[in-house]
Amino acid sequence: MDIATLQTLNSARAARRASVAVTDLATGRTQAFVEGEPLTPEWYAAISGALRSGRPTLAVVGERSLFINVHLPPPRIVVIGAVHISQALAQLAPVAGFDMSIIDPRTAFATEERFRGVELIADWPEDVLPGRPLDRYTALAALTHDPKIDDFPIRAALEGGCFYVGALGSRRTHAARMERLRLAGVAAEDVDRIRAPIGLDIGAASPAEIAVAILAEIIAALRNREVGWGREAS
Amino acid sequence: MTSEANILDPLQIAETWHRQGRTVALATVIETWGSAPRPVGSHLVIDGEGNFQGSVSGGCVEGAVIAEAADVIQSGAPKILEFGVADETAWRVGLSCGGRIRVYLERVDG
Repeated sequence: MDIATLQTLNSARAARRASVAVTDLATGRTQAFVEGEPLTPEWYAAISGALRSGRPTLAVVGERSLFINVHLPPPRIVVIGAVHISQALAQLAPVAGFDMSIIDPRTAFATEERFRGVELIADWPEDVLPGRPLDRYTALAALTHDPKIDDFPIRAALEGGCFYVGALGSRRTHAARMERLRLAGVAAEDVDRIRAPIGLDIGAASPAEIAVAILAEIIAALRNREVGWGREAS
Repeated sequence: MTSEANILDPLQIAETWHRQGRTVALATVIETWGSAPRPVGSHLVIDGEGNFQGSVSGGCVEGAVIAEAADVIQSGAPKILEFGVADETAWRVGLSCGGRIRVYLERVDG
């Protein structure tokens, strides 16, 4: 691999953009493709297949043996609300391989003591998210029940294409939330992407159990997502 | 991102080592059968003096890959190495898990 290709891959990884490295095993030549760039037409099917599954693979295209390595940004969870469920989730998420951060403007909730060792941002999502946009490799869980805090990040997560958007609240709370978002101009199919009531239905009762249900739902969304950025070069 | 390479990230380390003027080889698991310890796509990075970071197995075949890396760094020609229970060399270096792996080994050029 030449150093320029390696630098391209590392820059894409640092910027949380998906990339693939395609190596021709006969010649040893490696080409890097970064998310959003057009893909070589003859390799399109093989590359987009590897991207969708997220799994590196060998492929034979024409006469050539290729190895396609896939570099997806590591998944992370952004939680809105420094609540009891978030305390449990903050302990579970790293075990399952997720980076996690918590945003809550209510300084009574967002205390260092309650969230030791967790990235905790005691500020409004409106002020935090523009500097660290939600992306397709991020799961958003909105856990405050408070529209003043939750609605903005939910919209930002839908716009940013987060692979998971979940919101805490009863069916009635969620119906009201859907109505507000639609009136605010969010497309109906986007509103329908919100998982509510949040978490897999395992009959969770305690905050820790609800955290498990949320994490399980996030993992299911991650493993079933469609990743491809899919443009074929013309 | 810090300028310091993450010690657990072989691709970052490969770039850093190259920038420091060290010769570098990169090994990548390209195929596995059975219970291989590291998944396809895993990297091991080796420098001209045999220092390494990352892994292509659970520590079973790294020694053999590092030895081959010296050749690849010298010649610049990539190699495909195969290790597994069916292979006599591999038996000697030992994939204790019983799996088989193929490893692509190349020099970082430029």
